[in-house]
Amino acid sequence: MKYTGKVYKFGSNIDTDAIIPARYLNTFDPQELARHCMEDADADFPQKVKSGDMIVAENNFGCGSSREHAPIAIKAAGVSCVIAHSFARIFYRNAINIGLPILESPQAADAILEGDEVEVDLESGQIKNNRNGEVYHAAPFPEFMQGIMAQGGLINYVKEKEKKDV
Amino acid sequence: MGMTISQKILAAHAGKDFIEAGELISCRLDVVLGNDVTAPPAISEFNKLECQKVFDQNSIVLVPDHFAPNKDIKSAEQCKIMRDFAKQYGIENYFEIGQMGIEHCLLPEKGLVGPGDLIIGADSHTCTYGALGAFATGVGSTDMAAAMATGEAWFKVPESIKFIYYGKTPRWVGGKDFILHAIGDIGVDGARYMSMEFTGEAITNLSMDNRFSMANMAIEAGGKNGIIAADEITMNYIKGRVRRPYKIYQSDEDAVYAQIIEYDVSSMEPVVAFPHLPENTRPVSDAAGVLIDQVVIGSCTNGRIEDLEAAAMVLKGHKVHPEIRVIILPGTQAIYLEAMRRGFVETFIEAGAVVSTPTCGPCLGGHMGILAKGEKALATTNRNFVGRMGHPESEVYLCNPAVAAASAIKGQITPPWEVL
Repeated sequence: MKYTGKVYKFGSNIDTDAIIPARYLNTFDPQELARHCMEDADADFPQKVKSGDMIVAENNFGCGSSREHAPIAIKAAGVSCVIAHSFARIFYRNAINIGLPILESPQAADAILEGDEVEVDLESGQIKNNRNGEVYHAAPFPEFMQGIMAQGGLINYVKEKEKKDV
Repeated sequence: MGMTISQKILAAHAGKDFIEAGELISCRLDVVLGNDVTAPPAISEFNKLECQKVFDQNSIVLVPDHFAPNKDIKSAEQCKIMRDFAKQYGIENYFEIGQMGIEHCLLPEKGLVGPGDLIIGADSHTCTYGALGAFATGVGSTDMAAAMATGEAWFKVPESIKFIYYGKTPRWVGGKDFILHAIGDIGVDGARYMSMEFTGEAITNLSMDNRFSMANMAIEAGGKNGIIAADEITMNYIKGRVRRPYKIYQSDEDAVYAQIIEYDVSSMEPVVAFPHLPENTRPVSDAAGVLIDQVVIGSCTNGRIEDLEAAAMVLKGHKVHPEIRVIILPGTQAIYLEAMRRGFVETFIEAGAVVSTPTCGPCLGGHMGILAKGEKALATTNRNFVGRMGHPESEVYLCNPAVAAASAIKGQITPPWEVL
């Protein structure tokens, strides 16, 4: 999969309360969650984000709560990919499980600026900055996780596995 | 090469004799947990699997605690999804209002988790059960859904950091301070993807309630799990509670650690974490004088009987500051009842605090004590992120129950020794 989008840049330790505040967790409707995506980090984000746009962040993106509502909100807001210096463990797992593309690349997280247009090739982990032509690389996912992503998430993966086991 | 306690538990549940950090393995689970925020999306995903039954009706635990008692219509609908699911699939351990408590106080109390268990919960503070010598970790709703169907989950075997706490623990210092001190030292991502293993003389002497507070906050350093090997204190706690087989694991002497960190607790003070990260720690003496609007004592971190005892000891015979709102939340019905029997509830009410039914409520900015713009709370909870307890421009400071109680009396962050 390849994506091209405009970048919104965030700092370190963007927690899941900032991604989707708990005051909106009385529902798990993706569209409703999308209306408040990143609200406590950037109040205007839900209004300005367009389909295909990307989030680029520094360290420990998605720390805190295990709420899957966080990657769901980001995905439903139209964000095509999240690139970070590093991800918090549960967010990383949740993103893979629900099929939100994420890439870990310190190089890209350092160099990409707010507003840059970036091209991402998920298979190769190549990230290209269209502002200056720079190319960055993300470490590829372990084969096992690629398997989950190829099925579009954990639920489909389990379904397929059960079919095979029978 | 030996294995750490965390690796041993994972290996046993993967049916392997030996595993190394970095390996991806599939493990059999002892307990799968969800709450009213995380279980409804998990149930929705579970339904897509078109299973006729769950993997084991006795091993799934469902607790409505976050927005329960239902705070609004939408929350009521969420709780109803979980209640209906529990009924339909015959889930033994669904805890209705009246029986329920804050999940991470409730599960150990009911003996649903024990040493050597492998537990996943769709709640980040599931790591609390590591205090019993179990491997417990937080996951999301989709992992919970798959686990309810299959009884299994995939794990990347973590590296471990060993924390050795030595020395004699000073008065007013406890598990909350030990863990905040470590988070302040290594940072909120200092143990990212790793196990945090707590050992040493000060841990050996630490009560079960204080151990729960420590393991509970492993996630605040980015940890996959926090763990304390089971010992006599653990055995005394689980006696009469855990009614199924359990197994005690210890780390091998030649286990490999990514890092070993030692702290001398004898010179430690109670710790306060300043907004907006749990790593922004200072000794309480350096925090004194910060004016506050609200004090919250409770949560899965500090809502147990010893926490209430510490608060009651400080508050007894005092009145809370007239400009402060003090909210106390016992973690479970049993803790509430015990607090009544011991006179703590009377002490709290006479001091001018409110005592709430068990709920996560204000800790995550849900209900029962939300902050207005510009307000500051001092709380025994676990997170002080932007907007955590209400308005994005409010602030949360974290501390232990004795510091919270002393500060409630003075209206500003106060060391307990200035009150008693």
